[in-house]
Amino acid sequence: MSSKDWPLWEVFIRSKQGLSHKHVGSLRAADAQMAIDNARDVYTRRSEGISIWVIESKLVTASDPDESAEFFEPAESKIYRHPTFYNVPDGISHM
Amino acid sequence: MTTQEAFYNYLVRLGDDSLILGQRLSEWCGHGPILEEDIALTNIALDLIGQTNNIYELAVSIENKGSNVDQLAFLRLEKEYTNVLLVEQPNVDFGYTIIRQFFFDVYRKLVFEALCNSSDERLAGIAEKSLKETKYHLKHSSEWVIRLGDGTEESHRRVQEAVNTLWKFTKELFFQDEVDQKVIELGLGIDTSLFIESWNQNVTNVFTQATLTIPSNSWQHEGGRKGTHTEHFGYLLSEMQYMQRAYPNMEW
Repeated sequence: MSSKDWPLWEVFIRSKQGLSHKHVGSLRAADAQMAIDNARDVYTRRSEGISIWVIESKLVTASDPDESAEFFEPAESKIYRHPTFYNVPDGISHM
Repeated sequence: MTTQEAFYNYLVRLGDDSLILGQRLSEWCGHGPILEEDIALTNIALDLIGQTNNIYELAVSIENKGSNVDQLAFLRLEKEYTNVLLVEQPNVDFGYTIIRQFFFDVYRKLVFEALCNSSDERLAGIAEKSLKETKYHLKHSSEWVIRLGDGTEESHRRVQEAVNTLWKFTKELFFQDEVDQKVIELGLGIDTSLFIESWNQNVTNVFTQATLTIPSNSWQHEGGRKGTHTEHFGYLLSEMQYMQRAYPNMEW
């Protein structure tokens, strides 16, 4: 990236149905306001959202893919951490 | 001039402004300075053409001669278009495009705000829907005017040049004749002279932030509302009308 390029921003949209903002992609913009405007134009043209968050990509700290073995695999064998061993009483819906 | 004729002409003027500016903006499609702005400009172009469609639909129903929206948009002769000269001016560069858009957006927002109270409910409905779009267009163009005006030496020079060139087309936005008088009397249309002051104030506010100056040269151009256009208009029409002329009555 040359110094003339605008910084990269990550875009999060909350849809009408969704409670939380979801990552939808990224874009370039000179400042935060432009990033919001661009996100509106690029990512909500088809009524995808009612709220937008943007954050400069460089501010995101990501887990290291090289560490994924020690990071994530140990959880795979611990199925007892899923709440699947409970009996759901009669009359309880939406579980 | 009957009320019906006046209202029809009034609507055609309103629709012609957004059709021609929409056509101009659509020329940016695939040529925007960045992908995000390319989409922004073409979104605005589509909004404007959508507004035109609604306004023309109402116009042809008022005229009641069995013509349709496509005929109105694509099959008139140059002299029969009554848009203001500002909107037909060429894109030149992004700075010109933004200044042209900004002058128009400030005006158009004031127009739609007032037209929400039109005595014709259909027009009031179109105004209300279009106002939301126009507010966004104005936000977009205002931010760019400030960003470019108060940006680099080059961006400032270029937008100031655009202001100097396009300023002479701004007074025509407030052109009024017997068409306007008739629709104003009946509450169908609006008296734009009431908000010249607001327009100037809004433009000045943004220009102050953008460190741009309004040229002192007071000479102003007009003629669009009577069908007398600038030299650029014929070229725009030949491109815009090509499909309908090559394939008469074609539909998408």
